[in-house]
Amino acid sequence: MSDLKLMKGNEALAEAAIRAGADAYFGYPITPQSEVIEYLMAECPEKRTGMVVLQAESEIAAINMVYGAASTGKRVMTSSSSPGISLKLEGISYLAGAELPAVIVNVVRGGPGLGTIQPSQADYFQSVKGGGHGDYKLYVLAPASVQEMADFVADAFEIAFKYRAPVLILSDGMIGQMMEKVELNDQVERMSDEDIIQKYGSWATTGKKGRERNIITSLDLQPEKMEARVQALQKKYERMENEDLRYEKIQCDDAEFLIVAYGSSARIAQKAVQLGREKGIKVGLLRPITLFPYPKQQLFKLADQVKGILSVELNTGQMVEDVKLSVHHKVPVAHFGRTGGSIHTPEEILEALEENIIKDGSIRHH
Amino acid sequence: MEVLDIIRPENQVFCKSGLMTDATLSYCPGCGHGTVHNLMMEVIDELGIVEDTIGVAPVGCSVLAYDFMDIDMTQAAHGRAPAVATAISRTWPNKYVFTYQGDGDLAAIGTAETIHACNRGENIVIIFVNNGIYGMTGGQMAPTTLVGMHTSTSPYGREVETMGSPLKMSELIANLPGTYYVTRQSVHTHKHARKAKKAIKTAFQNTRLGNGLSLVEIVSNCNSGWKMTPNESNIWMEENMFANYPLGDIKVKGKLRQIG
Ligand SMILES: Cc1ncc(C[n+]2csc(CCOP(=O)(O)OP(=O)(O)O)c2C)c(N)n1
Ligand code: SF4
Ligand SMILES: [Mg+2]
Repeated sequence: MSDLKLMKGNEALAEAAIRAGADAYFGYPITPQSEVIEYLMAECPEKRTGMVVLQAESEIAAINMVYGAASTGKRVMTSSSSPGISLKLEGISYLAGAELPAVIVNVVRGGPGLGTIQPSQADYFQSVKGGGHGDYKLYVLAPASVQEMADFVADAFEIAFKYRAPVLILSDGMIGQMMEKVELNDQVERMSDEDIIQKYGSWATTGKKGRERNIITSLDLQPEKMEARVQALQKKYERMENEDLRYEKIQCDDAEFLIVAYGSSARIAQKAVQLGREKGIKVGLLRPITLFPYPKQQLFKLADQVKGILSVELNTGQMVEDVKLSVHHKVPVAHFGRTGGSIHTPEEILEALEENIIKDGSIRHH
Repeated sequence: MEVLDIIRPENQVFCKSGLMTDATLSYCPGCGHGTVHNLMMEVIDELGIVEDTIGVAPVGCSVLAYDFMDIDMTQAAHGRAPAVATAISRTWPNKYVFTYQGDGDLAAIGTAETIHACNRGENIVIIFVNNGIYGMTGGQMAPTTLVGMHTSTSPYGREVETMGSPLKMSELIANLPGTYYVTRQSVHTHKHARKAKKAIKTAFQNTRLGNGLSLVEIVSNCNSGWKMTPNESNIWMEENMFANYPLGDIKVKGKLRQIG
């Protein structure tokens, strides 16, 4: 039996972590996501499920706590917002390199620098193009509702353990702060220590008992061995592309024009599609749910059907590069977006579509 | 008497701990790191806690500690071992969790993680090998480098006006209520090594009793970084390092001691 509640995105995420059977959360306050740790502290998950919640001295400490707990096979999560994620990147790279499962949440705000506490999608590059150092990728989930803030926690843990890899939930200040009704999953029991030792005994550092010692490291000083390690990571990313791509197509069947948008932009773009349709414009929306893997083939195919594509993002043009890479110049592709904490309206999006894509099909370069 | 008559188990005074692997140590001959490893493994063996011990290796010359210690180990980012150990200890409260860190790792880049793990009184052991220099990266100045000491980034000697004074981390963290046991030892003679081993044992016993944070600083040599022979480095250490970093207990059972 599930639970229907009215909640903020950040709170839904926190509650979902408890219910997903998470073993630990480590975080450091930053707007617009402080509700995550506040909610967790107020809920006393240590009493509810035995989940550990600790306020770290910095985002750097928090991500390295995640690394520590993850190295022992525990289900562990951290959350932050843009400047804090920048601080976590070394640790995230270590998680990828050492092949550790963990869930990281970025409730994005505007940047660069201290920027603004208002919503933004300006961390797209950082999220899907590496961010930290080295040849690695994150599996990136982009929630577009409070419901998905909750649902994606369990999904993220599943992917993290399936691949032994860090997973990023890329949200933003809008999804984190807004209240919607949300259906929460039932409580999943946390794994016992014995089960963890049994299930992850081949790699987790839980103490050398009845087996050879386990070592968690991202270091290999021999180039051939390090190269093999990195190649093995790439195989994993290929598998993610083949097995765990997620996207949503809205009114694409008869579409002549296409909007591509994720997260909060997708919510606003959905309204723009409705307004367009009311005006007789056959416009559809492709919403990537995973930003890596990216729906490249789906876009490639849609490019045979539509006359032009508008990438709508709360930034100055980041995902649009992936859209262009996917469609191989088959149709014009343009970007529309507000940034710095400003948020586009459905009307603005529709106007941008009409002006940049529909008018004469030509691309307006930025 | 034949040599083989002498080499018998009953005549053996020192040997390699059974918890040390057969991998060739990557340390320079004469370096203290290997001795500290061996003492730690002896303690873990003698306490019978190998199955429940998880170590955290640093970035520094001892980054490969996991190649030499035959126990479960996680390698941490530079300076972050206390945060990594915090999480392991919090999620596995019945385990023995230790970090092994150099002075650059613990007293420079990882100062915040060190102080906060100590201040929270995490139930872990920190083994802190202070050689007053960045050994691994080729002998640069550390926060612990002595005044006037020549390193590759203080080629004219460490100067207090622009580079600050040697940082005494053990004294600093001993003043935090969260620390239970803070001691400074060395391993350059048999006598000192035996005392250091006792201190390491006390530290792990503190974990068993849930007493909170124990830090064992080992003032050690870096003959390569100091550009000396092993023997010269030990003499220099006695004459200079110990004057700045006096050996002895700094805090015992949560109470500060007078030292030096
Ligand atoms: C983030 C980061 N910065 C710098 C380095 C380079 N680095 C590696 S080891 C080291 C210093 C280690 O010195 P110490 O902790 O004293 O250990 P020792 O080698 O002397 O035992 C530095 C600066 C690194 N690996 N990572
Ligand atoms: S460089 Fe210094 S600390 Fe590193 S192994 Fe050599 S002597 Fe030891
Ligand atoms: Mg050093």
